[in-house]
Amino acid sequence: MQLSLPTPAALRRTAGQGIRFAPDKLKVVLLFLPPALLMFTLFVILPMGEAIYYSFFRWNGFGRPEDFVGLKNYAYLIQHRAFGIALGNNLLIILISLAVQLPLALALAILLAERIRGAYTFRMIFFLPYVLAEVAAGLIWRFVYDGDYGLLATLTNWLGYPPVHLLADRELAIYGVLAVVVWKYFGFHMMIFIAGLQSIDADYYEAARIDGASRTQILRHVTLPMLAPTIRLSIFFAVLGSLQLFDMIVPLTNGGPSDSTQTLVTYLYNFGVVRMRIGFGGAIGVVLFVICVVFAFTYKRTAMRHD
Amino acid sequence: MRYLISGTAALALILGVQGALAETTVKWLHIEQNPEVVAYWEEVARDFEAKNPDVKIEMSYLENQAFKAKLTTMLQSEDRPHLFYSWGGGVFHAQAEAGVLLDITDSMDDEWAATFNPTSLEAFTYDDAVYGVPMLTSQVTFWYNKELMDQAGIDPDAIETWDDFLAAVQKIKDAGIVPLVAGGADKWPLHFYWTHLAIRLGGKEAFEKAISGEGDGFASETFIKAGELMQQLTAMEPFQEGYLAHTNEQASGMFGDGKAAMYFNGNWLYNIQRVWASDGKGLADDEMGFFTFPIVEGGKGEPSDTLGGINGWLVSKDAPDEAVEFLRLLLSPEHETEMAKRGFFIPVANGADAEMTNPFYKQIASNIANSSYHQLFYDQMLGPAVGLVVNDVSADLAAGNTTPEEAAQTVQEAWEFEN
Repeated sequence: MQLSLPTPAALRRTAGQGIRFAPDKLKVVLLFLPPALLMFTLFVILPMGEAIYYSFFRWNGFGRPEDFVGLKNYAYLIQHRAFGIALGNNLLIILISLAVQLPLALALAILLAERIRGAYTFRMIFFLPYVLAEVAAGLIWRFVYDGDYGLLATLTNWLGYPPVHLLADRELAIYGVLAVVVWKYFGFHMMIFIAGLQSIDADYYEAARIDGASRTQILRHVTLPMLAPTIRLSIFFAVLGSLQLFDMIVPLTNGGPSDSTQTLVTYLYNFGVVRMRIGFGGAIGVVLFVICVVFAFTYKRTAMRHD
Repeated sequence: MRYLISGTAALALILGVQGALAETTVKWLHIEQNPEVVAYWEEVARDFEAKNPDVKIEMSYLENQAFKAKLTTMLQSEDRPHLFYSWGGGVFHAQAEAGVLLDITDSMDDEWAATFNPTSLEAFTYDDAVYGVPMLTSQVTFWYNKELMDQAGIDPDAIETWDDFLAAVQKIKDAGIVPLVAGGADKWPLHFYWTHLAIRLGGKEAFEKAISGEGDGFASETFIKAGELMQQLTAMEPFQEGYLAHTNEQASGMFGDGKAAMYFNGNWLYNIQRVWASDGKGLADDEMGFFTFPIVEGGKGEPSDTLGGINGWLVSKDAPDEAVEFLRLLLSPEHETEMAKRGFFIPVANGADAEMTNPFYKQIASNIANSSYHQLFYDQMLGPAVGLVVNDVSADLAAGNTTPEEAAQTVQEAWEFEN
């Protein structure tokens, strides 16, 4: 049997000539859609439905759920102190992502988007934390923050301060986590911004300069407006990424001390999966899902309406 | 054509060889960190394979916390280990109820059963069916560093009551030595304090009443008082700095490095402190000692009551017979005796402790033998949903993040929710 797939070149040709071969397209659809649809149903829709179903049961993960408890899991969730902390932490992470991480990424992107000497090297350096696996990053920072042997210990020692055990402090641990989050992801947003900046037509800058615009004016009236769609996309990624933060927290603090650094997903893992309370975990998952979906849709409908 | 023939021959050869060499594979999942123990088990496995040429024992390792988190899913998959480590208690009961374990009551004939201490076998029996085989027992005690205790002028044997203990902690602190280490990030090393205080305060009766739902359960006077006494200790800030971010491994290493006077931990600390000490040696036998948990004046518990574990191996459903046969070899009195002799752990096979040379383990074995109430760790006994709440509140109590009443109430609520 021979598959008659149109080559990319052939596709371009057909597109370029503006002629549509319906049967060909149908073939493509028939060939390419089912795998994606199957995967999506199998790994997204189905588990989602299951999580919603499980969330009405008290179930330890063995066999089938049988003990129907109605909304009890949700009731427990709402009054649970650790859940409130987790939610608050997620909001804080979003806030810091938007207020610190993105401006930092933007500033660096504007600096490094131009073809100046060393720009490429610096781009790679700043992008490096993002390439690092989350778990590895978490472990590395755990060592950095170690109050006895870590880099932080060396620093406080050198400055003549008493040792600081940042991750053991209920009040401060979350700031340690926030610093790692900013460090880990600013490079990613910087890269998105650089790509956005480079796609801005140089003619605009030339025109602005001919009109005698200053650097600040160019930034305000040319760069930022032209970059707006990219920024909106970055915000979208930053918010959803912040909501789903998990794998870096586990090696770093595992949500402790006293749940002070839980996020919604570590909360789900620690209180749902680890405790074999799959039904309760399902309820947390549903709440997280609703938050993400509501945000994604409203944001797409409002801020990204024209993008 | 020639290639085809030789190819087929090669294929047949490969298949034939494989078929002859390993018809059965026994998958064995452990969490052991001590390389000496693992090496010994490997030896036993090779020995078993030599005696049974068509069986292969496949050992795999998971870190303690990862093991606990993955096990439920693994046991329900096709890839489940045939033999896996267990602490008994609530997790085991849930597994037995779910039908993911193999009932080995028939294999556990009287002859084999008679080689074990009956209490230990009981720990792997549920609804009159045996699902696993016990290997070791343990006790939680205060391990101390002799040199540091001397420096602070403490005679550990003179510590009898909780007040004596608190006074000793203060004295050690005044001498500029860290009195205690704790792996606060793992939380369970802290739950020993709360639970052992409850054992001393209320004895067996209080725990049995709590799990049968009598009276106020875990919110009763015993458990509130346990929190109060625990906070008497933690208010003195007895632990190493940053203990809430340290794991049990780190804390054990610190104890091995001589950074603190005491660690309240199970007897496994004896080996673990060596593994995690920065010089890989830790404290030698003559540099350390232990004393049992002090009594609480007016407490209903017997001074001989112990807190510890009974650990062993569970067999999962559809495991081959060879898996059970392997346990029969591994946990035979000969191997139990040898492992005890090498100081790996305190055995549960009858008489296996006779040749134990380790004086600490000898003492602990006799403590457990003389105890009429050996309480399994709460975080295992109560199952993960409630047990881990005990760990949470213990860490919160230590950090001063909750009150004794709140802590007891939280545990009781979790218990009610699950039962």
